[in-house]
Amino acid sequence: MSKYQKVAYYPGCALEGTAHAYDRSTKAVGKALGLELDEVRNWNCCGAMEVKNVDPKVQTYLSSRVMSIAANEMAHKVVMAPCNGCYHNLKKAEHELAHDPASREVVDRISKKAGHAPYQTGQVETIHALDWIKDGIGEGELRRRVKNSLKGLKVANYYGCMYTRPRHIFPEKDQGPGSESIAQPHFMDDLLAAAGAENVDFPLKTACCGGAHTLSDSDTSTKLVLNILRAAEAAGADVIATECPTCHSGLEMHQVRAEKVLGQKTKVKMLYFTQLLGIALGLSPRKVGVHENVSDGVALLKEKALA
Amino acid sequence: MREELLARAEAVLEEWLRARGETPGAEMSEGFRLLALHRQGARGSPSFNACRETCREIAYHYNLLAGGANPRHELMMGLLVQHLELFVRGKMEVEGLGDFCCASRPLRREPENA
Repeated sequence: MSKYQKVAYYPGCALEGTAHAYDRSTKAVGKALGLELDEVRNWNCCGAMEVKNVDPKVQTYLSSRVMSIAANEMAHKVVMAPCNGCYHNLKKAEHELAHDPASREVVDRISKKAGHAPYQTGQVETIHALDWIKDGIGEGELRRRVKNSLKGLKVANYYGCMYTRPRHIFPEKDQGPGSESIAQPHFMDDLLAAAGAENVDFPLKTACCGGAHTLSDSDTSTKLVLNILRAAEAAGADVIATECPTCHSGLEMHQVRAEKVLGQKTKVKMLYFTQLLGIALGLSPRKVGVHENVSDGVALLKEKALA
Repeated sequence: MREELLARAEAVLEEWLRARGETPGAEMSEGFRLLALHRQGARGSPSFNACRETCREIAYHYNLLAGGANPRHELMMGLLVQHLELFVRGKMEVEGLGDFCCASRPLRREPENA
């Protein structure tokens, strides 16, 4: 049995809000594949960007608390975070606690005050939803279970910036055959290819989506997103597959804004990779939350005989 | 076309370096000054690595176009250069305001001119 058969699930704030469809489709795909999720009890924000800017060590504590609960109160060895921001922050906390004595001291002090066991490095392994399915099931088994092949659907796989950066917090990547690549991530490509999709050559797969500019400089965000959308269309994609809630909502929102403010219309649709996998596994678009997306992919799915 | 686009990409990184008070180098990395300039620009600013793959893709498309004009590859290389411009422009506007990634502001910092 894979060590990813049953994992602690850390959805994070985004999957309870704008990315509810990602949460819904992740759970639906897990159920269809026989992979179990055990949600971390009483989880808190990972510290995301707001806390990190004010005090990075408090962000390390917040992320460590999630891992501590999973390890010390739920006896899990693996925490799965589908959100790139959460995944990144938990990995960063693991690295900081292993290499920065000042962070260690802050985490020990706040954990004691909060009344829970401080997280110790190595107690859990943090993984992304892509690792969970790739290593928990694998492409071969996934291919065997496909009921509704994505054949004919051209997909640009977009990973965003936080899934692979900075490289030092992801020591398991770039470890030879079978491991994920920092420069050219491919796990989403592999899974969707196993589901029958045709992946297009998409050179902006890890480029900045402008997420961090959204509030301070919306026009730059819109132009960065428009560039990504145009590149996906130029590559021949029908759909951009995403695995980050911030990127996904940014692409959706700025696609609308680009048309409204810049008069630039693009047609490519955005779907979470878990939504595409769910459809390939025979789940209905509604079951995987396609109706919750801003980018309406139903017509495209019907056109491709996938809905 | 590919020479023009490569020169445009190099000019973007030169601007980034000059804004930081540095002199853009003339060295090459893997046959590209662009990649050497990126390495120079990321020194002391790790978040600048967020455009490393964009630079590498520009170099890749430059090589693809060595065999002759190809409208699709030219369009893609143009979009890549434009992405680099937008990324660096956005980063320059907010440089020094935060260290989360490339652009976020520390929420409680006093305004410099207060």
